Amino acid sequence: MKLLKTLMTGAALVVGLGGMAQAEDKTKVGFVYVGPVGDFGWSYEHNEGRKAVEEAFGDKVETMFVESVPEGADSERVMTQMALDGADLIFTTSFGYMDPTINVAKKFPNVKFEHATGYKQADNVSTYSARFYEGRSVIGHIAGHMTKSNTIGYIASFPIPEVIRGINAAYIAAKKVNPDVKLKIVWAYTWFDPAKEADAATALIEQGADIIMQHTDSPAAMTIAEEKGMYAFGQASDMKQFGPTARLSSIIDDWAPYYIARTQAVMDGTWESTSTWDGIKEGMVGIGDFSNDIPADVQASATALKEALISGATHSFTGPVNKQDGSSWLASGETADDGTLAGMNFYVEGIEGEVPN
Amino acid sequence: MDISIVSLLATLIVAATPILLAATGELIVEKSGVLNLGVEGMMIIGAICGFIAAVNTDSPLIGFIVAALAGAALSLLFAVLTQYLLANQVASGLALTLFGLGLSALLGHGYSGIKPPSSPKMEWFGMAELPVVGPIFFNHDMMVYFSIFLVLVVWLFLKFTRGGLILRAVGENHEAAHALGYKVIRIRILAIMFGGSCAGMGGAYLSLVRVPQWTEGMTAGAGWIALAIVVFASWKPWRLILGAYLFGGVTILQLNLQANGFDMPVSYLSMAPYLVTIVVLVIMSADRRRASLNAPASLGKIFHASS
Repeated sequence: MKLLKTLMTGAALVVGLGGMAQAEDKTKVGFVYVGPVGDFGWSYEHNEGRKAVEEAFGDKVETMFVESVPEGADSERVMTQMALDGADLIFTTSFGYMDPTINVAKKFPNVKFEHATGYKQADNVSTYSARFYEGRSVIGHIAGHMTKSNTIGYIASFPIPEVIRGINAAYIAAKKVNPDVKLKIVWAYTWFDPAKEADAATALIEQGADIIMQHTDSPAAMTIAEEKGMYAFGQASDMKQFGPTARLSSIIDDWAPYYIARTQAVMDGTWESTSTWDGIKEGMVGIGDFSNDIPADVQASATALKEALISGATHSFTGPVNKQDGSSWLASGETADDGTLAGMNFYVEGIEGEVPN
Repeated sequence: MDISIVSLLATLIVAATPILLAATGELIVEKSGVLNLGVEGMMIIGAICGFIAAVNTDSPLIGFIVAALAGAALSLLFAVLTQYLLANQVASGLALTLFGLGLSALLGHGYSGIKPPSSPKMEWFGMAELPVVGPIFFNHDMMVYFSIFLVLVVWLFLKFTRGGLILRAVGENHEAAHALGYKVIRIRILAIMFGGSCAGMGGAYLSLVRVPQWTEGMTAGAGWIALAIVVFASWKPWRLILGAYLFGGVTILQLNLQANGFDMPVSYLSMAPYLVTIVVLVIMSADRRRASLNAPASLGKIFHASS
C-alpha cells in the first residue's frame, strides 16, 4: 500500500513537473464565461478580449475557455481543471464566480486569478470591472429625451451592486432631462435566458414603456423592441444587427487592453493583485454610434455628457441626490466615493419599488 | 392595477407553446417505457435547424418541418444507443443534451443577428376581431393550434386506438408485450422519434416565434421544464396543457406584476411559476395509488429480448 502511494506521488510529481515545464514555454491563460460566446453580449465581448490576447502575443500565449459555466460549485470545478491544466492566469468573468474564485485561488497560490465585477481580492486574485454606470448615464440621458410615454423599461438581472448602480445612474440622468420620467424595473433573475428576456421586454412594453434598457446578456429584448416599434440600447455589445431601427445607442465593453496588459504582467513577472475600475476615459466602456432617430441637439448634449465624464468635469453621481426613503445621500456638488458605489444596495429617490434582497 | 388580462392570456399561450410541444412528445416516449432526458438537446437542434431552414426558404412552415426532422434525427442517435446498444438511458439522455447544445452552436455559426420570416396568424374568418375572445383565442400562429391539436391526437391515440394500447403495453411490461409478439424495440424507436420531432418543433417555436432570433443556448432550460411537466401531469395528455399554460401564465404574470410595481418581494414572484405549477399538479395527483398507476411500469428499464 505504502509502495503504491509512493509510486503515485512520484507519478503525480512527474506529471506536475511536466506541466510546469510546458507552462514555462507558453503563458497559459484561461477564461470562464457565464454564457455562450455567441450570446452577442457580455460573454461575446470577453471572448473578443481573449482573441485579442492571442493576436497580441501569438505563439507565446495559449488561451483556453469554457463557456456557459453556471455560477456556483460548477464554476469551481472548471477553474480547478484549468489550474490543473497549467493555466498561469485565469479570468473569471461573472459576479457569481466571486467566492469560487477565492476558494480555488487558495488551492493554487502560484496561479493568478482575475475576477470581473466582484469585490473580494487575495494575494493572487485581482478584481477588475468597468464603470458601466458612466455608460448608463449617457444612455439614460438619451432615453429621458426620447421617451414619449415618459416610461423607461429596465430589465435587471440580479440585485447586486453593479446592477443597482446602473439603474440609479440611468434614472438620475434621465430624470435630469425629463422630470416626469418613470422607471419600470423587471428582475429576470438570470444573466442569459433569451426567452425570458423577451417576455420581460414584452411585459414592460405592455406596461407602457417605449424604451427598453437591459442588464442581461442576450439581444432578445432588442429583437422584441424592433418588432414592436420601440427603442432599446445595445448592452455589452453593439447589437445593431438585432435592432436596426430600434437601437438608439449602446454600451460596449472593451476588455482587450486590460487582458493584454495583465497577460503581459504575468509574462514579465510583474503581476500584482490589484483592483481596477476603468470607465469611458480608459476605453473600457464605449458608447456606440448614435441612431439617426436621435435629434441633433440630443446627440450633441449626449456627446457633451460623455466628454464631461471623460474629463472628470461630471460624475454620474453628483449631488444633490437623496436615497429612495428621502434621506440625504449626496449634498449639492458632492460626488459619490467608490466605496459606496461598489457596495450600492439602495435606489435613489424617485425610483419606485424595492430592491429585492 | 392595470394589467390587461386579455393580452396576458394571449402572451401566456405563446410562452407555453414550446414547452407544451416538447412535453407532448416526451409523454409518448415515456409511455413507451423510455426516459429520454435529452429534450433540451433536441429542442435546441430544432431551434437552429428550423431557423436555418426558415431563413433560407423564407417559409416558417418549412422551418418547422425541418425542425421536426432534425429533432427526430437527433433522437435516433439516442434510440440506437439505448435500444440496440442497451446504453443507460439517463446517461445517454444527458449526453444527447450536451451534444445538441454543442452541435447547435456549431450549426448556428453565422446565423446570429438574422431576422427569421414572421409566422402568419391563422385566419379564423375574422373572429380575431371579436372583443376579448378574439385576441386570446383567434389571433395566434398555426403552431399554437397545432400544439393543442397534437395533445388531442395523442389523447385519442392513447385512449381509443389499438396502437395506443400496444404502446402502453410496451411501456407497462415490455416482456409481456414481447411475449405477445409486439416489436418492443421498433415501437420504442418510433416513440422516441416522435418525441424528438415534437421537441424539435418546440425549439423552433422559440427561435422563430417567441424570441425570434438565434442565440446559442437559447432554450436555457425549457427542455427540463417540459420533462418536469410530464411527470407532474402524471402522464395524462390534458394535464400537460394545464401544466404548460400554468407555468407560462405565471411566468408572464409575474413579469407583468413586476413591471407594474406590484408590492411583493420579487424573489417570491420569480419563484412563483415553479411553485404554482408544482403545487397544482401535485394536488391533482394527490391520490398516491392512482398517480403511481399512471407511471409506466417499465419506465427507464432496458429491454433485451433474451432476458
